[in-house]
Amino acid sequence: MELTLATAIGVLAGSGVWLVLRPRTYQLVIGLSLLSYAVNLFIFSMGRLRVGAAPVLGEGGAGVAADYADPVPQALVLTAIVIGFATTALLLVVLIAARGLTGSDHVDGRESR
Amino acid sequence: MEWTRHLLIVPILLPLVTGASLLLIDETHHTLKALVSLASTVLLLGAAVALMRMADGDPGAGGVVSLSYAVASWPAPFAIVLVLDRLAALMLVMTAIVAFAALVFSLARWHKAGPHFHSLFQFLLMGLGGAFLTGDLFNLFVFFEVTLAASYGLLLHGSGAFRVRSGLHYIAINLAASLLFLIGASLIYGVTGTLNMADLAVRLHAVPAEDRMLLQAGAAILGIAFLVKAGMWPLCFWLPSAYMAAAAPVGAIFVVLTKVGVYVLLRLSLLLFGSEAGELTGFGGMVLLWGGMATIAFAASGVLASQAMGRLAGYSVLVSSGTLLAAVGMGDTAVVSGALFYLVSSAFATAAFFMLIELVERAREPGADLLAVTIEAYGEEGEETGEREDEEIGVVMPGALAVLGVCFGCVALLLAGLPPLSGFVAKFALLTGMLNLDGLGAPAEIPPRTWLLVALVILSGLAALVAMMRSGIRTFWAPLEAIVPRVLVVEVAPIVALLVLCLLLTVKGGAMVGYTEAAARSLHDPSGYIQGVLGPEPRAAAR
Repeated sequence: MELTLATAIGVLAGSGVWLVLRPRTYQLVIGLSLLSYAVNLFIFSMGRLRVGAAPVLGEGGAGVAADYADPVPQALVLTAIVIGFATTALLLVVLIAARGLTGSDHVDGRESR
Repeated sequence: MEWTRHLLIVPILLPLVTGASLLLIDETHHTLKALVSLASTVLLLGAAVALMRMADGDPGAGGVVSLSYAVASWPAPFAIVLVLDRLAALMLVMTAIVAFAALVFSLARWHKAGPHFHSLFQFLLMGLGGAFLTGDLFNLFVFFEVTLAASYGLLLHGSGAFRVRSGLHYIAINLAASLLFLIGASLIYGVTGTLNMADLAVRLHAVPAEDRMLLQAGAAILGIAFLVKAGMWPLCFWLPSAYMAAAAPVGAIFVVLTKVGVYVLLRLSLLLFGSEAGELTGFGGMVLLWGGMATIAFAASGVLASQAMGRLAGYSVLVSSGTLLAAVGMGDTAVVSGALFYLVSSAFATAAFFMLIELVERAREPGADLLAVTIEAYGEEGEETGEREDEEIGVVMPGALAVLGVCFGCVALLLAGLPPLSGFVAKFALLTGMLNLDGLGAPAEIPPRTWLLVALVILSGLAALVAMMRSGIRTFWAPLEAIVPRVLVVEVAPIVALLVLCLLLTVKGGAMVGYTEAAARSLHDPSGYIQGVLGPEPRAAAR
């Protein structure tokens, strides 16, 4: 479980960083999205990994707090996802504007020689 | 809870409601939109001043005070909490003043250059107010994102290829920095189990030794996110071109954005890694100090090398960021007090400079400046609505060049830190703090790095003076084509007001230094802040 999640975060973050460093705007936006997926998984894992724990209440009503999964990281992930959506949408608008104004999808607006 | 406590939520709610309702007003009602936005900003300024009086008013407990406001009325460490102390109040007042000046300036023409200027402006103010007031790390992230999202829109205001290109870099870098912010905040949560800053400061003592590395990694990653915003070398290459590309009033309010990064670093480093943090005391201080010095050196060379005045202003912002970061890194009470004074003074000066640049450049190439780009991109919307003679509305400033020249000279004095304006007092307070670590007159061993910092601060002033004189001579004394720019009173008034405020800061320097000293003292004694949030009995004993 830990190894799977760690590998997933690592692969996503690694690919994201590589793509962010590429010169095309499309690669940039995909790279940032991959990075944000990696970060979301990472936040999630900060609530400790549990298998089969009750999300809110277990059978038989409220019991010991230690029986539940930590809700705070879940709330954080949710917020982070929403904000990530919004900012990615904003970035897309700017990418399209840049493409229209400069006639190139290079991040500097012109091809490097 | 007495009703004045509810004032704490005003700097967030007021711009939010104003910005949202401005969306409903059609773009053709320029005047109505401007009036609503202006009224809201004036109210915000009033609220900020009232908050400052609240923060400064209570003389009890050695002048240490922080007021907290539980937004949903949950007890402190569990839900969203706003915290007001002297530092937060000072930042709020500074923001409101700069915002008011920038807004008035924009009324001359810029607010009509693109859609939703006023809404974006108000959302930016909301994010800034929230970032200064919030008491936990995650809301800090949320308000940072609100600020940044609004700033993306504002940076592109007026459009044009240069703006879009710098905006693209700006957005990409800030998105990456936000991801670092999230990693840092969640690492800290994973180790300590809390995001409330005051609770964090209490729980840091209980972190077991084997988790300390993880905590430090989290804090360092979080710090990098703020350093990108504050523009520390080598994370600052995006800043000059982004600030240069921004429209003049937007550049002026962007000056406050770099100060947010500095504010958070100051707040967190002294709250979490202050004198009571045991082994963690002073964590990252050396990085801030050396990084700050590298920033000053880089920015001072940038100032000297700049041809365009916009770039010069961008590098001036970096100089002040570097000075502030190095001062935060030293972490001494007197230095921090001087740094706060410097922060306010340099924010006013650079904001005035950004607005002044546009007017001065108008003298050089009238008509061919950035507005041409605007018209190209947006079409001449004025033509259809019959507002062609907009340019003629408003009182034209008599003796424009003389007024601009005097303002330019004042800004140069402020940036270089020469008397009689507040730049001098600020740098004097900073240097006095650095050279008298053990109190005034006490013989102290001054390490070489402090001498280096002193030298850099003074040399950066010299660089600013040289660069400003060069630009000034080229603009005002070169009689190539004697074009007198058309400058409206409403454009000059905010610049003059900011400069007069700087003069007032000098005249009333005693009161101001008293305030910043009290702020710095309470920052160095976080127990006051913690008690204000968690109640009179810090629960350290309970753990």
